[in-house]
Amino acid sequence: MSFFFEVLIGGLLSGVMYSLVALGFVLIYKASGVFNFAQGAMVFLAALTFVGLREMGIDFWIAFVITLGVMVVLGLLTERIVLRPLVNQPQITLFMATIGLTFVIEGVAQLVWDSQPHNLDLGIQDVPLPWISDSTGMNISTFDITAAGIAAVLVTSLALFFSRTRIGRALRAVADDHQAALAVGIPLQHIWGIVWAVAGFVALVAGMLWGARNGVQFSLTFLALKALPVLILGGFESVPGAIVGGLIIGAAEKLAEVYIGPMVGGGIEGWFPYVLALLFLLVRPEGLFGEKHIDRV
Amino acid sequence: MKSVRQALLGVVLLGAAATVHAQNEQFIPMNGYWVGPYAPGGSGIFGGFIDYVNMINAREGGVNGVKLTYEKCETEYNNARGVECYERQKKKGPTGATMVHPLSTGITYSLIEKAAADKIPVVSIGYGRTDASDGRVFPYIFPLITNYWSQNTAKIKFIGAKEGGMDKLKGKKIVNIYHESAYGKETIPVLDAQAAKYGFTVTHIPVPHPGNEQGAQWLQVRQIKPDWVILRGWGVMNPVALKAAARAGFPREKIVGVWWSGAEEDTIPAGAAAKGYIAAGFNVAGTNFPVIAEIKKYIYAKGRGEMEDQTRIGSIYYNRGVVHGIVTVEAIRKAQEKYGKKALTGEQIRWGLENLSISDANLKALGAAGFMQPLKVSCLDHEGGGAVKFQQWDGNKWVVLTDWITPDRELVRPMIEQSAAAYAKEKNITPRDCSKES
Amino acid sequence: MLYREAGQFKTSYAADQQVFPIRQDRIGVAAALVVAFLVVPLVANQYWLSAILTPFLIFALATIGLNILTGYAGQLSLGTAAFMAVGAFAAYNFVLRVPDMPILLAFALAGVSAALIGIVFGLPSLRIKGFYLAVATLAAQFFVVWALTHFPWFSNYSTSGVISAQKMEILGFAFDTPVRKYLLALSIVAVLAIAAKNMVRSSVGRAWMAVRDMDVAAAVIGIRPLPTKLLAFAISSFYCGVAGALYAFAYLGTVEPEGFNLDLSFRILFMVIIGGVGSILGSFLGAAFIVLLPIFLNTMAPLLEHRLGLQLPAGLTSNLELIVFGSLIIFFLAVEPHGLARLWQIGKEKLRLWPFPH
Repeated sequence: MSFFFEVLIGGLLSGVMYSLVALGFVLIYKASGVFNFAQGAMVFLAALTFVGLREMGIDFWIAFVITLGVMVVLGLLTERIVLRPLVNQPQITLFMATIGLTFVIEGVAQLVWDSQPHNLDLGIQDVPLPWISDSTGMNISTFDITAAGIAAVLVTSLALFFSRTRIGRALRAVADDHQAALAVGIPLQHIWGIVWAVAGFVALVAGMLWGARNGVQFSLTFLALKALPVLILGGFESVPGAIVGGLIIGAAEKLAEVYIGPMVGGGIEGWFPYVLALLFLLVRPEGLFGEKHIDRV
Repeated sequence: MKSVRQALLGVVLLGAAATVHAQNEQFIPMNGYWVGPYAPGGSGIFGGFIDYVNMINAREGGVNGVKLTYEKCETEYNNARGVECYERQKKKGPTGATMVHPLSTGITYSLIEKAAADKIPVVSIGYGRTDASDGRVFPYIFPLITNYWSQNTAKIKFIGAKEGGMDKLKGKKIVNIYHESAYGKETIPVLDAQAAKYGFTVTHIPVPHPGNEQGAQWLQVRQIKPDWVILRGWGVMNPVALKAAARAGFPREKIVGVWWSGAEEDTIPAGAAAKGYIAAGFNVAGTNFPVIAEIKKYIYAKGRGEMEDQTRIGSIYYNRGVVHGIVTVEAIRKAQEKYGKKALTGEQIRWGLENLSISDANLKALGAAGFMQPLKVSCLDHEGGGAVKFQQWDGNKWVVLTDWITPDRELVRPMIEQSAAAYAKEKNITPRDCSKES
Repeated sequence: MLYREAGQFKTSYAADQQVFPIRQDRIGVAAALVVAFLVVPLVANQYWLSAILTPFLIFALATIGLNILTGYAGQLSLGTAAFMAVGAFAAYNFVLRVPDMPILLAFALAGVSAALIGIVFGLPSLRIKGFYLAVATLAAQFFVVWALTHFPWFSNYSTSGVISAQKMEILGFAFDTPVRKYLLALSIVAVLAIAAKNMVRSSVGRAWMAVRDMDVAAAVIGIRPLPTKLLAFAISSFYCGVAGALYAFAYLGTVEPEGFNLDLSFRILFMVIIGGVGSILGSFLGAAFIVLLPIFLNTMAPLLEHRLGLQLPAGLTSNLELIVFGSLIIFFLAVEPHGLARLWQIGKEKLRLWPFPH
């Protein structure tokens, strides 16, 4: 039984890590209706820039601020150069544009920082918490617990930002109805710029945590694929959905791999979350927390 | 429109300029990958390879006066791009491509029939199709130095030695964590055969590509409580496996990796979690070899060289590239002994590869004693070596643990012949009679 | 002058409804076919035939397949490569396991197999739309590749999971040289492309477009959404399946399941978008663009190096290629969101007036 709980808790904690990546998608989709496939590449760029600066001997917080600056500039440039010319295009065109952006970001990141993998040490030990493994025999990593804590702080502050600040309220207005928001004098393009900058910040946090967990290397870009089932489960437009979806996906895929996997030869983690999310959608097509759309003729 | 036309004209002119070749040149395609998830491997190996080739050109003016030329082509580790690169480069140079190093198991498979038809040897050092070691069925394919099956038997030998004898393997539990791909699955049959032979149990646990997340797999390992884990990873899967092992409390001293899991790029991202991890290798790391010193003298001292980051010189991948260079150059040299000191065709180079013999004395003369193993290729055996050294990561560098450990040929060779014969039957190939080859 | 429909009177419904109603288009298509069948094999060298033209045709076929689904029926799919994989492995297994299997029948059956899988993964489309559906089709992408890797039966128990396509023979004639493979691919693609062109102007095609434009409205006027959407999935997957079989048999020769990865799906989606959503001609243009662009960029780099006599850092050219590729995609989307097919239409409008623009 304790093994079951170990798998479950491990899965939930991995799920939090998926949520971190999914959060970036949600922010942008919510505000501008763009399904930003480049989020994975942004995570990669952020992690690579941060670790590159650290290896140049720059202090942790200074490196953090510089990387944040890079991500904000990237967000603003994306809004200006990629999205503004494509306003009012079908969503799929915008989606393809963000895949193009993915190539550009990957190329620039590797051009500037080379394609070598790096180790990123945030000073958090990635070993089992001794008191838990001594008392229950379960291995729960210190790092995962810390990461979950950071994710909780991040989500709470984002929620506060959205509900308590002027910009946050403007953001929600834009998300509800672009035209109405424009009509009441909300500067749409500024708002989009801000959203991309915030998504850059989320990418930085996700990049640092994932980079510390797996090493900073190109495959961080594949994290987007781990975040997508979380998105369809939680809904593209919902911040709490990203968190809850992440927890469900994380726990379910780990349990499936451990308990169902051996029956079919294993390796089902790659597709299981998608099939799970797909089955869920059949019951509830708008996701857990998505907004229900009613079509009118 | 005018500017477009000018640009097009420029391209045509450039093309014309580039196709002018001197006659005394041997062309080698460099089809590798410098971007993407596997770029550390691709850039390191082709870095060492190209540096070695340039060093030979600078030091000796090429091989017996025949200058070596090359051109890079980006394959992105993708079959279709790899085939396109091959097709593009096979006719380049006065005599066409010398030989191709696809540096990808998938691309190697795609080239097997094409290369045989074009009479261009495909050299896959430490990857590719294992049963191509049977040169009777695969005259143009050279999985030189060592293949996956040989390596795996050497690994079990190493584990046996660690346990205090092969008979001690009985009842032991070994887990094979593998990358779920053509490459990863290749060793399952040989491991199963060995498990039957020595009486240990083996559990195969796949990791889906790319291997960013391995919590579930290592929890399974924890549940099985194996004595040893064999890591058959590629790219990000390796450091994540080491991290996950640390997280699951599995000792890294009991993890033995394949050579594609045993470079600095696989351990450095894992940080402290990698310390103690053991991996097989058919070349060693380090700059303390005359051949590396020569490359530094002739290339880097002149301000040239492939590696922007010169600390990578002497790394596992870089040195593996130098091994590629040595094998390529020596095969050309061997072929020149028979066909004369001029630019040779792929067919002639094939003879050189098949009769390639690099002894310890040759290695010493090349400045590579202890750097790689001696080689003796023949029509029957396109592998030519088969041994590996085991190295351990001490937290900063790879430390060689053993001398060359030879494979279990009695087990591997019949499996290779059987598999090759099945291929020959499927493709209607009549195996060559090696006694008639000269 | 040359491209003018004036004076072409239709006197029967059949004439009005033909696939290419304009005479110049008919001549153009016939001329293109003549060039492709007769001139190209004579002038193109082996590199062009085997490394550029054959893959171009195969990708064009897959792009037509995806275009039917995405462009005409409005269902976004990211699982194209998976359906190609089904086609490739099905064709291999039909030839392997059924004695004396004619290769063309094997290709057709490969398409049918892909169509069946397509129907299964198309079922959610009734309830799910847009990006939710797109992400859901990723389930097909990952599941199919996993299943093909995982069950050794599909690859005839080859240790590595790589399959090696059998020889292609039709009535004793072997398609083994690049020219013959090209001609085989060309024939199949030409037939299927004209069939697709025909299909999209038929009642089926009109039903697809109605569902695409507004599915509730389509239902109101009596088009049943589920069979219509599933038919789109089936036909689209059939095209992709045949393309996958050709990819294995006429192009690469050996394929492994991982070769049909998400990158390939994205690549084909690019071809649809760049070429023009909802256009058969656009599928060809898009495929040509996406096949040629990376090769062109990759060829430019060594030429520049030769020309300028400088040695560029190792990764630089590869990274620049990536950046330029991505930028060009964005640029194209911004400049001509309706794709290359739209440019052709604009050109047609201009041609109608030429040389007297007023």
